[in-house]
Amino acid sequence: MTHFRIGFLPLVDAVLPIMAREGGFARQHGISIEMVRDPSWATVRDRLVYGQTDAAHLLAPLAIATSLGLERVSAPLAAPFMLGLNGNAIAVSSAIAERLGVDVSDFGNAMKVGTQLAAFAKEAAASGRKLRFAVVHRHSSHNYILRYWLAACGCNPESDVEMIVVPPSFIADALATGEVDGSCVGEPWSSVAVESGAGRIIATTNQIWSRGVEKLLAFRKSLLDERRGEVEALLRALHETGEFISDPANSLEVASVLARSDYIGQPAHLIARALKNRLALASGEGEKPINDFLLLHNEAANFPWRSQAMWLYSQMIRWGHAPHDEGGFAAAADVFRPDVYRSALENTNAIIPGASAKVEGAIQQPTGASTVRGRLILGPDRFFDGRKFDPDRPMEYLATQTQ
Amino acid sequence: MIAEGLREAGLSDVHILVERTGLVANLAAIAPDVVLINLENPRRDVLEESFALSRALSRPIAMFVDQTDDHTISEAVDAGISAYVVDGLRKERIKPILELAIRRFHAFAKLQGELAEAKSALAERKTIDKAKVLLMKRRKIDEATAYALLRKQAMDSGRRIVDVAEAFISVEALLGDQT
Repeated sequence: MTHFRIGFLPLVDAVLPIMAREGGFARQHGISIEMVRDPSWATVRDRLVYGQTDAAHLLAPLAIATSLGLERVSAPLAAPFMLGLNGNAIAVSSAIAERLGVDVSDFGNAMKVGTQLAAFAKEAAASGRKLRFAVVHRHSSHNYILRYWLAACGCNPESDVEMIVVPPSFIADALATGEVDGSCVGEPWSSVAVESGAGRIIATTNQIWSRGVEKLLAFRKSLLDERRGEVEALLRALHETGEFISDPANSLEVASVLARSDYIGQPAHLIARALKNRLALASGEGEKPINDFLLLHNEAANFPWRSQAMWLYSQMIRWGHAPHDEGGFAAAADVFRPDVYRSALENTNAIIPGASAKVEGAIQQPTGASTVRGRLILGPDRFFDGRKFDPDRPMEYLATQTQ
Repeated sequence: MIAEGLREAGLSDVHILVERTGLVANLAAIAPDVVLINLENPRRDVLEESFALSRALSRPIAMFVDQTDDHTISEAVDAGISAYVVDGLRKERIKPILELAIRRFHAFAKLQGELAEAKSALAERKTIDKAKVLLMKRRKIDEATAYALLRKQAMDSGRRIVDVAEAFISVEALLGDQT
């Protein structure tokens, strides 16, 4: 039995390694998993970098920043498996929701809701009290997607609003006390805020980018090289776990495991919402279906596309988090390891894409994609403003993005 | 405990921040050379965000010490602390501070562990006592017999006495009124 210690933050998209352990999928591959819960991304990262854990549920941009040494000494990480796409919700405090005059029938129209929010934010800034938004980390897709949305809707996230970092489990509290006016966080934490009456969900991140890169399973690059066979066995176990959890019939069972205090420690019915792609937008409102809210398995969602890493890097440059340097794109893309994904899953029933990069945002309708094995239908991956990211021309894309 | 050790080591300007809010503002006011924070503190991401922003200031705070000190940092993480240092501060000044903090933190963790152990032992004894009293009342037996009953049940079912006691108390709570 080979052992993996895996760090995680209490979030629904940590479900794959958790259920690989609890559902016995890991054991079938000769692997024992020990989950190590932490309250901050910095600590999840440090435990991984300094060897207290072997792998970690990590924000994709944080894995890139850590590998490239953007904030601290560089520590090369490798990500051969994504833990899901999308899955975050944007909420505003109940007080702001009232002043904003949210029209529930607009929900789903990211352009309309975003334009309304951006105009409101500019008004607030002009009157001397900027809206304050909470994101979970500087290097998070939450931060980059929220900025992308606001910027495309005519509001400068650098000067018209304040963006601060609040740990996920404090978001509901921060909305309730007025410490922040809005938030972008992974589940179940927006649902917790909704349930307590602290906030209203006005958008979900899949409405902004319908196939947004999110968490990944990160290893130290040195560990991946030394324990390659064991890592690949772990990936096969995670793939099988994905089949199990993506069956709606298992949602409640999975939710009740995640609800345990050593995992998420929140009520199972709130956790089940993300698993079922159904959210209640405000306290007292019924759950409504949100297609593609969180993709954990289908459409080869676990495949690490190099172009996803490159899009993130474009946003890191855009907001001054990374040097304006074309070479950085290749370095960021190298953190994602489709080669390891392929060799791990080649003799399974997993769908294996033929390419390692794609034009992000180019798919309007479900489209077949070339594969090494299996039939892959990629769902629409468009950005709400219709822009496309061509990984062969990243600098051109960047030049067209306003700050 | 760490602060005490640092003061004993001749560092006079030690501040302890305990409030959840205003962390960043307080730090800015103090303008520290070194920041030590518990790894389990959920505000670490908030702190790092402020350090990232501080790069624009005259005294930027670096994420961790120099690469050459990887071993010390790794030890700190093992001990459960993380350290941030103002850029440009001499390494030979930082290392002893960090090493002292690590030693103190280990000692502190040990003390906490012992305390938790003592607490849970006390709680277990109370549970067993409560179950004994309930048994004595219900069966009209003396204390020694009640304890013997619990112990026998534990041995027969392969559980700890305290687990048997706990199960008995919760059953009593559910059915106790029906006697």
